Amino acid sequence: MSMTAILAKILLLGVVDSLGVWTAVGLVVAQRWGMLAGLVVGLLALNYAVLSKRAYPLRYLLPGLIPFCLMVVYPITVNMGVAFTNFGTGHRLTKEQVIDHFESRFYLPEDGERFTFQAFRDHEEDFIFLLVSKETGTTYLSAEGILEIVTLEDSRFVFDRGEIVQINGYYRLSRGELFRLLGQLQEIRLERNEEVIRLTSIREFRVYQQRYHYDREQGTLTDLKTGIIYTPIAGAFTSADGERLLPGFVVRIGFQNFLEIINNPHIARPFFRVFRWTFAFAALSVATTFVLGFSLAVLLNDPHLKMRHLYRTILIIPYAIPGFISILIWAGMLNVDFGIVNRILQDLFGTTIPWLHDPLWAKVAVVLVNLWLGFPYMMIICLGALQSIPSELYEAARIDGAGSWQRFRKVTFPLLLISIAPLLVGSFAFNFNNFNVIYLLTGGGPPIPGAMTPAGATDILISYTYNLAFGGVGAQYGFAAAISLIIFAIIATISAINFRFTRRLERISEGL
Amino acid sequence: MYSRHTLLGKIFRHLLVWAMIAFTIFPVIWIFSASINPGNTLFGLRFIPQVVTWNHYLDLFTNPLHPFGLWLWNSIKVSGTASLVTVFLTALGAYALSRFRFRGRRTGLLALLLIQMFPQMLAMVAIYLLLLSIGRYIPWLGLNTHAGLIMVYLGGAMGFNTWLMKSYFDTIPHDLEESAMVDGATHFQAFLRIILPLARPILAVIFILTFIGTYSDFLLPSILLTGTRQFTFAVGLRLFIQGQYATRWGIFAAACMLGAIPIMVVFLSLQRFLISGLTRGGVKG
Repeated sequence: MSMTAILAKILLLGVVDSLGVWTAVGLVVAQRWGMLAGLVVGLLALNYAVLSKRAYPLRYLLPGLIPFCLMVVYPITVNMGVAFTNFGTGHRLTKEQVIDHFESRFYLPEDGERFTFQAFRDHEEDFIFLLVSKETGTTYLSAEGILEIVTLEDSRFVFDRGEIVQINGYYRLSRGELFRLLGQLQEIRLERNEEVIRLTSIREFRVYQQRYHYDREQGTLTDLKTGIIYTPIAGAFTSADGERLLPGFVVRIGFQNFLEIINNPHIARPFFRVFRWTFAFAALSVATTFVLGFSLAVLLNDPHLKMRHLYRTILIIPYAIPGFISILIWAGMLNVDFGIVNRILQDLFGTTIPWLHDPLWAKVAVVLVNLWLGFPYMMIICLGALQSIPSELYEAARIDGAGSWQRFRKVTFPLLLISIAPLLVGSFAFNFNNFNVIYLLTGGGPPIPGAMTPAGATDILISYTYNLAFGGVGAQYGFAAAISLIIFAIIATISAINFRFTRRLERISEGL
Repeated sequence: MYSRHTLLGKIFRHLLVWAMIAFTIFPVIWIFSASINPGNTLFGLRFIPQVVTWNHYLDLFTNPLHPFGLWLWNSIKVSGTASLVTVFLTALGAYALSRFRFRGRRTGLLALLLIQMFPQMLAMVAIYLLLLSIGRYIPWLGLNTHAGLIMVYLGGAMGFNTWLMKSYFDTIPHDLEESAMVDGATHFQAFLRIILPLARPILAVIFILTFIGTYSDFLLPSILLTGTRQFTFAVGLRLFIQGQYATRWGIFAAACMLGAIPIMVVFLSLQRFLISGLTRGGVKG
C-alpha cells in the first residue's frame, strides 16, 4: 500500500475515533451506560479491523455488521430481557421513577392553613403573590416561588388609596384578569419550608401536604394522609389489604409470563386456539399454493401448449404486485355489504357470504387471498424444478414401458419433491409469520368472545403478539416479548430440521 | 413426459389456464375499474363504469389533503437508498465470507441465518425506544426521519442476502483475482474491479428484491414515521380506506394503480433474472 493511502487511512480513523470519543463523553454526562458500552465495543472493533493484519476480513464484514448489531441483535437482546419482566401498561417506569412520582404528590388536608391573596404581574408575564394567612395574619410575598415574610411597611410596595397597586414593577391583577388567568394561576406552586401552597379557588390559597413518603431503609412507602404502609410486591406498592398503587414499576418476574400461558385459563384458551390456527394456516397455505402452483407448472411446462410463455407472465402478476396493495384490494372486494364478490354471488346465486364477520368464512377468506398471493411462487419454483429433471430419465422410463401417468408418478413427482421440499418448509416458516395478510385483511378478527387478551379467530401468533404490544387495549410488552421468543423457538426448530433434511436430500440426489 | 393432445384435451387445458387467469387478474381489473369510476364508495362502484373519469388520478396530485406525490417520492428515496447501501454492504460481507478463511466463519454464517429468523417486527418496541434515544443526540437520525428508517432497514441487510450473494461469489473462479493480485492489485481493488462487475446479475437481483421489500413494508414506517409529510406510500395508502366513514375507494384505487404498476413492470420485465434469485433465497416478503 502506498504511503498516502496509509496516511489517509490513519487520518480517517483518527477523525472517526475522535468523533466517537466526543460522543462517548456526551453519553457519560447523560449516564447512558448501555449506549456507551455499545459505542466502545464498536469503536474497538473498528480500530482492531483497520489496524490489525489478522483482522483483515473484518474490514469487509464490519460495515454490514454494525447496523446488524444495532438494529437486529440489540433489539432482540432487549426483547429477551423484557420477556422476563412485567413491562407494559401500568408498569413502564423504573422503581426510582415511581418513588419520585409518589413523593411529588400532594393532598389538601381539611385543617390546612388558608390564605387570602393578591396577584401581581409584570410585562414578561411573570407573577408574584402577596398572601395573608387567615389563621395567623402573617403577610408573605412570593419571590421565585418561595414565600418570605414581609410587613406592609416594605419599601417596594406602592399604595394607592390604601391598597397595594404595584410591587417592584409588578402590577396588581384586577378581578376580571384573575378569572381570565385562572387556569394559568392554578398551575403555580409556592413553597414555604416543606409545604406547598396552591390556589384552590378564586378567593384563596391553601397549604398542601406531601402525600407519600418513601422510607429508604425499610423500603416502604407510607401514605401520610391515611397512615397506610405500602410494601413493594410484584412491581407495585401494595398495602396489607392487597391494594396496589398505580403506576407500578418494572421488575423481573422470571418465567411468570410463560407460566401464565399454561396456568391462566383466560389466557391459555385463546392462546392455544391462536397457536393451533397458526399451524393450520401455515400448512393450509403451503398445501393450497403448492397444489395449484404445481398443477399450473405441469400444464405450462407442456411444450405442446400454445402461448404458454404469455400465460406464465400473466400468472406471475400477483407476485409482482406489492403484497400490501393486493391485500387491501382484496379486503375491499370481500367487503361483506358492498364488496364485488358478494354482489356477484348475490346476482348469480341470490346469496351472500359473511366473509370477514363469521369465524369460519374469515378463515376461508384469509386462506383464499393467501392462495392468490402465493401460488405464482410455487408455480415458478415447480417450473424450474421440472425443467431441471434430465430428459434421459423419461426416455429410460419410456423404454421400460412406463405410461405417462406412471412416468409422472414414479419419475417427475419424487424428483420434484426432492428439490422443492426445502422451499416448501421455507414457505411454511414464512406463512407462520405472515403478518400482513392477517393484519390487513381481517385484523385478526372476528374476535374470540371471552378472551382476556385481545385475540381473534384468524389471529396467528405474530398478529396476536403485535396486538398485545401495540393494540388498543393496553400494552403488554413483557407478555408479547415472551410469545415472540416462543415463535422464534418454533421457527428456529423448523429451520434447523430443514437444514439437516436438505443436506440429506442433497446426498440422496447426488447418488442418482 | 408429455404426449400430443387430442383437440378436446387441448381445449380443456386452455380452459383451465384461462379460468386461472381470470382468478389472477380479476382484482387487477376491478381496481382499475374502480379508479376510473366516478363514485368514491364501494357501494357506488360499477364493474363496468358507465362514465369514465380520470379525476381520481388528478385528485391524487392536486388535493392538498394528501400529498400523494410526496409519499411516492419518499418511498422511492427510502427504498432506493436502503437498497443501494444494502447491496454494497452485502457484497462486502459476502466477499469476505466467500474468499477468506478465518476463525468463526462457519459459525458466523449460521448465526446470521439464525438471528434473521427472529421476527424483527416483534422487537419493535426496542427499535422504537432506540431511535427515540438516538434522536435526542442526533435529531436527523431519530424517530420520524427517513434516515432513521433507512438505518433500521440496513440492519436487515446482512442475513439472507449475504447467503445468496456468497453462493454466487463461490461460483466465480479465483484465478481472475489471483492474477490481478500478482499484477499488484490489493484484495479490495480485486473486489471492486473484478468481482463486482462479474457479479452484476446478483447485485441487480438483491437491489430489486430489497427495493420491492422495503417499498412494500408498511409496518415499520407506520410505527416510526408520525408526520403526514414523512409518510411512505405504503403508510399513506391505508389512510384512504382506514376510516369507517371517510373511505375513498376511487382515490385509493388510483393510488394502488400508480403505486403497483412501476413495480409490476420492473418485476415482469426482469422476471427471468429475479426468479433464479428468488428460488434460491426463499420467499418474498
